[in-house]
Amino acid sequence: MEITEYFNLLFTDYTLQTITLGTAVLGALCGMLGSFAVLRKQSLLGDAISHAALPGIALAFLITGSKDSNTLLIGALISGLIGTFWIRGIVKKTHLKSDTALGLILSLFFGFGMLLLTFIQKMPNANQAGLDKYLFGQAATLVSSDVWTMCIIAGLSLLILLVFWKEFKLLLFDADYTKSLGFNVKFLDILITFFIVISIVVGLQTVGVVLMSAMLLAPAAAARQWTNSLSVMVLLAAIFGAFSGVLGTAISASSNNLSTGPVIVLIAAVFVLFSFIFSPKRGLLFREIRYQSNRKDLELHKTLAFMYHIVKTHDNIDHPHAIKILNNFHGFTRKSLQKLESKEYITVNKTMWSLTEKGFDKAANLYNQQEENE
Amino acid sequence: MSSAQIEIQLIACLVAIACAIPGTFLVLRKMAMISDAISHSILPGLVIGFFITEDLNSPWLILLAAVSGVITVIMVEFIQKTGLVKEDTAIGLVFPALFSIGVILIAKNANDVHLDVDAVLLGELAFAPFDRLFVNGVDLGAKSIWIIGTIVVITLTLLITFFKELKVSTFDKQLAATLGFSPLVIHYGLMSIASVTTVGAFDAVGAILVVALMIAPAAMAYLLTNNLKKMLIIAILAGIASALIGYWVAHYLDASIAGSMTTVLGFLFLLVYLFAPSKGLISVLYRQKRQQVEVYLLTFMLHLQNHTEESERHINHLGEHINWGKMQSKTVVDLALKNNMIVIDDNIISLTEKGKGFAEKAIDYITTNSTVAIEEMKEDFFLFRG
Repeated sequence: MEITEYFNLLFTDYTLQTITLGTAVLGALCGMLGSFAVLRKQSLLGDAISHAALPGIALAFLITGSKDSNTLLIGALISGLIGTFWIRGIVKKTHLKSDTALGLILSLFFGFGMLLLTFIQKMPNANQAGLDKYLFGQAATLVSSDVWTMCIIAGLSLLILLVFWKEFKLLLFDADYTKSLGFNVKFLDILITFFIVISIVVGLQTVGVVLMSAMLLAPAAAARQWTNSLSVMVLLAAIFGAFSGVLGTAISASSNNLSTGPVIVLIAAVFVLFSFIFSPKRGLLFREIRYQSNRKDLELHKTLAFMYHIVKTHDNIDHPHAIKILNNFHGFTRKSLQKLESKEYITVNKTMWSLTEKGFDKAANLYNQQEENE
Repeated sequence: MSSAQIEIQLIACLVAIACAIPGTFLVLRKMAMISDAISHSILPGLVIGFFITEDLNSPWLILLAAVSGVITVIMVEFIQKTGLVKEDTAIGLVFPALFSIGVILIAKNANDVHLDVDAVLLGELAFAPFDRLFVNGVDLGAKSIWIIGTIVVITLTLLITFFKELKVSTFDKQLAATLGFSPLVIHYGLMSIASVTTVGAFDAVGAILVVALMIAPAAMAYLLTNNLKKMLIIAILAGIASALIGYWVAHYLDASIAGSMTTVLGFLFLLVYLFAPSKGLISVLYRQKRQQVEVYLLTFMLHLQNHTEESERHINHLGEHINWGKMQSKTVVDLALKNNMIVIDDNIISLTEKGKGFAEKAIDYITTNSTVAIEEMKEDFFLFRG
């Protein structure tokens, strides 16, 4: 199936519509809440929580015996929350650092989850097929009720974000100030963490335990490069997330043997890479260009200053000097002379140069910070 | 015990030792999550290695996988250096992308290959003894034993040779650089060892258990001691203990050995987390509570010293004026009584000589805010502590 065919089918095929809508909503939700996770320096929390959710899924199945995805999600949510709060407990009450706490919870919970899964597998007459889809995710198993759950959660978190926007923003950038203003920091903290955990848990079925963290991080990290405003960042991250979802679904649907999760993650990674390189303000490309042009300016100024010191010893400014005397000076090239001439700072006459009035003024005020930058 | 069982336990113990050593340094260097990243991103290296050699048992596979682990570290550090995102975001961006590439490569090209993502992530220790090493037709035991044994020997040799350098560069990078051994070399050396260990261990125990075996024993040891040598030994012992207990739990439950080893590690960690002598949760909470009561006592003493009038020193007054609950006032008054700092005479509290001395010293401490160790001061005065 070609990509174009996919988009044609999108308008007619119900299953495809459901899956595409699901991944799009999931991407938007993760991008939105991921922005907060990234800015709160909790980037890897997503990784830890998604792994920590596994035993919850297995236990929920063991207890209820049902494979209904909502039941399993509640189990995942509970064990994800336990993991989160244990991480906090470890970081707050012991001298173990957050990276250790994250790695601990991640691997220990996941290992316990694996123990339960293999245990379930070997239980007599337990049809466990379908539980391991949470490991790597299968967007194809999304049904409309799952998508409804996602939409409801996305709507709910959007509502919460809008209601507590000001508070969350304050909390992000200055937690102490927020506390001193009398906001209930603990409540806000728990609220945002709770929603981050929920968004991770709903994504498990689609992209799986291993790749969920990237869903949370990548759109936000990409969006961060384009703006310094929180609201724009959240919006952009949601858009990036939704696009990675849709494009990932499209690509994986249009070729054989491609699971959706990894493709979505790679698309998101491409967004990140593109943003890292091409974002106008922070991007590596423009940073390098700026760096080079600054360096050229500096060399030009150095040459000009050198000329100024020569000219200063003469009575009239436009007294011509040989270009040769510049030769033992670094940073001087034929090009920089041309550039200086084009700016009318000097005039070049065969092998002689002389400073103009304008060039002299410029050179005299070169280190004067007050002067307007041209 | 059959010989296969003994071999499995031996492999598990060797993996535990091989993981505990680099794990300890990763935890101390606050780079624990790097092990998670490495354990995932070896996948593309493995897959590419497999495409080149067409042989799942080739040593090139291990080498390429280890190289892709080191590449992960380099990429993470490159992204961190650009300053475009915060440190840990870089880790979170790199390894899912590499892992995805691995998954897609497998899905696209290796339909009929026994290279399975599940196997990489989860491993199956129970099958390890079936893969045997033959030299000239002689059965030398399970292959994993030799692979991991070699890694353990290399790691131990490097540890003993470079112990001093590792120690200094872990705790004081500047000092290490001044003394002339490059922190960078040691850093990448450690990362390479971590990668090689992960790769060597993963097909026996799976990538996630490698992470658990690296971090959890080291974290436990860190809660129990501040001495690097002791920490290494405790970490190794904890790893071995969980390997052995975990094996028998799995045997009993008929479940994944890797999973049950991790679960045992989890329980061990929970115990240490709760009960570690000075850094465990319970002793931390106890200490915080005691310090709280002691601060209350200080406030109380100062209050008494500042007020000579009887109405301020009535025992019922505490509740209204310093805003303490009944229980709280009782604890504080009891503590003060026990330490002979106050006397209660007809419900009026007065300071004793000792109490006065304490209050004066306390004021000194508060106003000068000098480096007078308040703990020492408390030692001088307290017979009983809160």
